[in-house]
Amino acid sequence: MPTIAPYAFDEFAMAAGFVRDQPAFAIADGTIRLPTAGNRTVQAHSGGLLAAVFDEANGRLVTGGEDGRVCATGVDGEARELASIGRKWVSAVAAGPRDAVAFASGRSAYVLSGGKVKELTHSRTVEGVALAPKGLRLAIARYDGASLFFPATDSPPTGLEWKGAHIGVAFSPDGRFLVTAMQENALHGWRLEDGKHMRMTGYPAKVKSWSWAAKGKFLATSGAPAAILWPFSGKDGPMNKAPLELGTRGDTMVTSVACHPAEDMLAIGYADGMILAARFADGREAVMRRGGEGAVTTMGWDKAGARLAFGAETGEAGIIDLAG
Amino acid sequence: MSDTAQAGAPAADAIPVTVLTGYLGAGKTTLLNRILSGDHGKRYAVIVNEFGEIGIDNDLIVESDEEIYEMNNGCVCCTVRGDLVRVVEGLTRRKGRFDAIIVETTGLADPVPVAQTFFMDEDVRAKTRLDAVVALVDAKHLPQRLKDSKEAEDQIAFADVVLVNKTDLVTAEELARVEATVRAINPHAVIHRTSRAAIDLDRVLDRGAFDLKRVLESDPDFIAEAEHAHDDHVCGPDCDHDHHHHGHDHHAHAHDHHGHGHDHHGHGHGHGHGHGHHDHGYAAMAPIHDVTVTSVSLRGGELDQGKFFPWIQALTQEQGPSILRLKGIIAFPNDDDRYVVQGVHMIIEGDHQRPWRADEKRESRLVFIGRELDREALEAGFAACAARPRADA
Repeated sequence: MPTIAPYAFDEFAMAAGFVRDQPAFAIADGTIRLPTAGNRTVQAHSGGLLAAVFDEANGRLVTGGEDGRVCATGVDGEARELASIGRKWVSAVAAGPRDAVAFASGRSAYVLSGGKVKELTHSRTVEGVALAPKGLRLAIARYDGASLFFPATDSPPTGLEWKGAHIGVAFSPDGRFLVTAMQENALHGWRLEDGKHMRMTGYPAKVKSWSWAAKGKFLATSGAPAAILWPFSGKDGPMNKAPLELGTRGDTMVTSVACHPAEDMLAIGYADGMILAARFADGREAVMRRGGEGAVTTMGWDKAGARLAFGAETGEAGIIDLAG
Repeated sequence: MSDTAQAGAPAADAIPVTVLTGYLGAGKTTLLNRILSGDHGKRYAVIVNEFGEIGIDNDLIVESDEEIYEMNNGCVCCTVRGDLVRVVEGLTRRKGRFDAIIVETTGLADPVPVAQTFFMDEDVRAKTRLDAVVALVDAKHLPQRLKDSKEAEDQIAFADVVLVNKTDLVTAEELARVEATVRAINPHAVIHRTSRAAIDLDRVLDRGAFDLKRVLESDPDFIAEAEHAHDDHVCGPDCDHDHHHHGHDHHAHAHDHHGHGHDHHGHGHGHGHGHGHHDHGYAAMAPIHDVTVTSVSLRGGELDQGKFFPWIQALTQEQGPSILRLKGIIAFPNDDDRYVVQGVHMIIEGDHQRPWRADEKRESRLVFIGRELDREALEAGFAACAARPRADA
């Protein structure tokens, strides 16, 4: 039976995961909590913290805040400022190969690479940013589609058009697909080699959490009473295929998903605070957390896949150890 | 405030949102500064297009690029402000940080997507409630604005509260014309006259104008009608607006209570229009031309639920783009409660409000503000919903 080390951080947990195998939490009040690494509370942002992403390769948690700053916090408890753009909110951040970081504010996307900052302006708001797994390639989500930039060059962006508001974006781990989350309870995808469209619809709520399965086999998503897993292993991605539905519950919604780093299973967090583990092959479930005061908003596995960090909108958080 | 306002208290944790509209120079920034510096013990988060002239240092002032997103549902009027979805989500993650949100729109902004954001986005809707749309009007320049743009008119048409500002810069006659024009565009808004946007903040904040429990409670036109029999008492319990013939002018700016040639009864509108309904011919009354918004006010007895709901749903589906606002109180037979509805374009919501009082006439009222409204068709459709032949027809 898994054991839980619980924490109470009072405010909305934006990101839960591990930095150099130490649990780390980004909280909406602007702090980074490192409960085992010296039990530190790091004030990374004044005002609120708006976006956070774990940069495993570089052992840091990258965050953006209301103070217009982008920070990187390591296990030493030092929040290093990577960029500062004044009073505007930094609403999205992404980490990429080597030390590349991308972030968005208003109608600009920024790429930090090799100590240089490049601003890429757009006519509409940059809603989401993602960096490709290889090379230096930026994708932004925007109204009526997505755009792809090679920030190291001055070449014009490639537009991927699909009507509607796109509010989040991610590359598949192999870099072959780009997926966006939309304002209207749907995902959209493009196969980058030929721009072929993939519509992923039928969600009763907005997709706010997604996670790629090991080797990019599936894209797991929230936004329904079950975790919805779109198959991406074939050449055509999820085109004309039905998704897997795991951890279906009749009385609540899935609010967070995190695929195991190696096994064909995932952790599913719900609006009532419950966390289940479910296996892809047969849908078998195991309870990891019975419930809580509020919706699970974020989850992240350690590298070995032995511990799961989670956080909720109420600031409840914890580390679930599978070995017990 | 009246007991009705308290009865309609919102859910404790929904954060009220006030939308401020008005042309550049109408006084929005002045009003914002009054709100932010007022001694009211409340904390406001303010979403502005540009930090600009707000001379107050406050970390809860958020700059946001106006971003209008059409929803992918085939309806051209289903638009939301994408930037508000994001900013409101960010603000509301942190509980207890502020008491209310104020959204300042640009001078040329269409208020509809702003309002629709608070109904169409589930996350925003779950955390906030749209309180009221407040329009500031520059008394001096309104006639020119109405000639120049459709937006100035839309802002007034869509508002719950209109501040006719800069009254110190116009003559009594000019002011009367401007106010009559505002009234012609929107007979249902509460109008206040202000100079330098000076107003008691409780007249613009916490109005509950989109609260189904309070629908039409502060609508001067509706109250004027509902209280018609009382003749002298036009205000209704929730009254706090400029009633010229009452003479309880709350503002520092003095004006002639009797010299305007209009009041809440005396618009010259068409009682006796031949329909047996109360029928306002406001557009024809506008002393300044260039007004394209009209309002249609319908009144009848009890309605048949089985007829009313399909009618209003089909109507808002088909004519949603023409309807800026709709509000109503409906009496259904064998239903002890008043049923209230309100809508913005194609979005419509309704609920039981409170029991009919013994001394209240069980009648149904429905008001529309919009463009190209087909008055006769609306009247015919409404009449066809009657639960039984109208007693007063």
